[in-house]
Amino acid sequence: MSDFEQFRQETRAWLEENCPQSMRTPVKGFEDFYSGGRKPEIEHPDQKVWCDRMAARGWTVPHWPKEYGGGGLDKAEVKILHQEMARIGARRPLDSFGISMLGPALLHFGTEEQKREHLPKIVRGEIRWCQGYSEPNAGSDLASLATRAEDRGDHYVINGQKIWTSYADKSDWIFCLVRTDNSGSKHEGISFVLFDMDQPGVTTRPIKLISGSSPFCETFFDNAIAHKRNLIGEEGKGWTIAKYLLTHEREMISGFGTAPIKSVGQLAVETMGTDLTGRLANSVLRQTIAQYQLDTMAFGATMARVGDEAKAGQGLGAASSIFKYYGTELNKRRNELNLAVCGEAALGWEGKEYRDGALSRDWLRSKGNSIEGGTSEVQLNIIAKRVLGLPDA
Amino acid sequence: MALVLNEEQLMLKDSAAGFLTQKATVAHLRALRDNGSERGFSDEVWRDMVEMGWAGIAIPEAFGGLGYGYTGLGLVLEQAGRNLSASPLQSTVLVSATVIGELGSAQQKEQLLGAIAAGEKLVSLALQEGPHHTPLHTAMSAAAEGSDYILNGTKVLVLDASAAHTFIVIARTDGTPGDEQGLSAFLVDAATPGLTLERRSLVDSRNVGALVLEDCRVSASNLLGAPGEAWGGLSRALDIANIGLAAELLGLATEAFERTVAYLKERKQFGRVIGSFQGLQHRAAELFAELELARSIVLQALNAIDNGEPELSLIASAGKAKLCEVAQRATNEAIQMHGGVGMTDEFEIGFFIKRARVAQHMFGDYNYHLDRFARLSGF
Repeated sequence: MSDFEQFRQETRAWLEENCPQSMRTPVKGFEDFYSGGRKPEIEHPDQKVWCDRMAARGWTVPHWPKEYGGGGLDKAEVKILHQEMARIGARRPLDSFGISMLGPALLHFGTEEQKREHLPKIVRGEIRWCQGYSEPNAGSDLASLATRAEDRGDHYVINGQKIWTSYADKSDWIFCLVRTDNSGSKHEGISFVLFDMDQPGVTTRPIKLISGSSPFCETFFDNAIAHKRNLIGEEGKGWTIAKYLLTHEREMISGFGTAPIKSVGQLAVETMGTDLTGRLANSVLRQTIAQYQLDTMAFGATMARVGDEAKAGQGLGAASSIFKYYGTELNKRRNELNLAVCGEAALGWEGKEYRDGALSRDWLRSKGNSIEGGTSEVQLNIIAKRVLGLPDA
Repeated sequence: MALVLNEEQLMLKDSAAGFLTQKATVAHLRALRDNGSERGFSDEVWRDMVEMGWAGIAIPEAFGGLGYGYTGLGLVLEQAGRNLSASPLQSTVLVSATVIGELGSAQQKEQLLGAIAAGEKLVSLALQEGPHHTPLHTAMSAAAEGSDYILNGTKVLVLDASAAHTFIVIARTDGTPGDEQGLSAFLVDAATPGLTLERRSLVDSRNVGALVLEDCRVSASNLLGAPGEAWGGLSRALDIANIGLAAELLGLATEAFERTVAYLKERKQFGRVIGSFQGLQHRAAELFAELELARSIVLQALNAIDNGEPELSLIASAGKAKLCEVAQRATNEAIQMHGGVGMTDEFEIGFFIKRARVAQHMFGDYNYHLDRFARLSGF
């Protein structure tokens, strides 16, 4: 038996014994994932049990090194673990910005002490993190951010306001872009700091969106304190880290553009029926769906190609620059088609018969995909300038 | 198979680019057009291609080919698209060799594929009869008479017609237009009595012709496959042909786009290069994204042929539809962004839009293949 086969058998046996039955059911929606933290939202007590058991082996973040609490698994082992989890329908035990965003940045830019301090708490789901990037006057033009951090010896005093801070009201700590210097160009003088949200100088206010949900907050800093040991990278060089993380975020959001399990065409056939030749009766809608499905297929092939090229050592090609732009535009197209195909049933807002407006709320939420993490227009600017080499205005 | 080119394929791509940018460029196509070339391509260029093995690039080694598969042929066609290289690569290598491979007997394959790979024989498919690609509506009749068939009807859009030694004529031995059953494929020598050839002139300046068959007597031994049973193999060959044309369109659209971006960096108006205007930048960036999708789906489709995937039709129609859409947009934008100079015959960009529309049309355009893609997707 190969080592991998043995690992698979052991993993299968362990999961069988340790994954609670209730955690082998699909999540109802994106917001049902367990994110941990000091004040966790617990839908079911097994969420915490499942998370704790996995965290004890480092398997909440299986690919991180063991010395920082991770599972220390290599790529093949991680794949086996995910396959075995999928086999029994196990939920991801923990899903957080600590894992997807801050962790990679700390592993890349953090000191040994910072990694040992923060990474294990992310693995165990003890601390929930949020991201302090955008400001009311720094959206697409993120580098013009103005939240000030004054040097007070061993700490900074922070004043200003962030906006679109995802789950700030539910988070414990924030990784935050602040301005430590005003004298240079706007990309200089930005620093990347971490601080505790549980202090008098920090307040949050949820923003209600057109979809009715409030995943984002306004976050206010009034003499908030950040200790200098929690400055990541050099003072004034935070823009490099910000860009690194934006790339991560854009990859995550572009994944929304992948093909849904049931194709829109199938859904349309089921809800609207076909003519005698088996074609959707409305030829206009049929064409729009066909164009969407064709582009989804070609986009999927592009994600696969870029992955294969990277694996073959040909580097991350220029094609990756289109992911965020194209993936989010596709997701918006899919949501518009859901509305067209489902008609009245997709316009419901509340009530069992409308699944509490799942379709309409997803549709409304999708409008934000091409705004958050860099608008489509900013992405096109980046392609035009960095990939095509077209000059600035 | 991963969606990435291996060492051998990267070398093939480079050598194809190297040869074609020297020997078979847009300037060469213009010269063939202006000199009124009857054959529409240079025999010398074709001899060189044969010598490099391109005539048999996708033909298995057992039949005298190189055995590089359709991914290999696709790479060459992409470079041919970039340079608008005129040659029998499409008529003989992509289309006819594939039809013979799908329908021919072992003996026919050995004879014909070997001759094609050696550059001894040019073969062209005579399929289309009206203004559109509607293969099932083939009306050309083939009536059995003893051990012969008598063919009557007309064909258009026969590639390299005046250079071909042999035609593969699709005719009906049975059934009525619209039926799959009853379609047959005949090898018809160009010198067969009753066959007349008319050279036609299309916008792309390539060699194309129309055939009229009047009581054309062809031996039953010239049938490719069983009588009335050609549709299965023909259909698969057409899928492959469309994927090959998509590869050509990928090269064509990419070249038109790159020439356009270069022009945006050079042309000045209002005291600055026009490529600094955001209105043009965003259109160029969107087109770049579409071209990346186009490249991926072409590679996936070529791989699907070589992997022997049984469901080739869906990916073939997806690839052709996407490339028709992207090539049309790229060439239209190329003219518009070049402005007045793009409208002149002297400037080369016009050659791209002309070839694009013919390659788009051949074996089904965007509308044909998007409809087929939807149908095969179950709606």
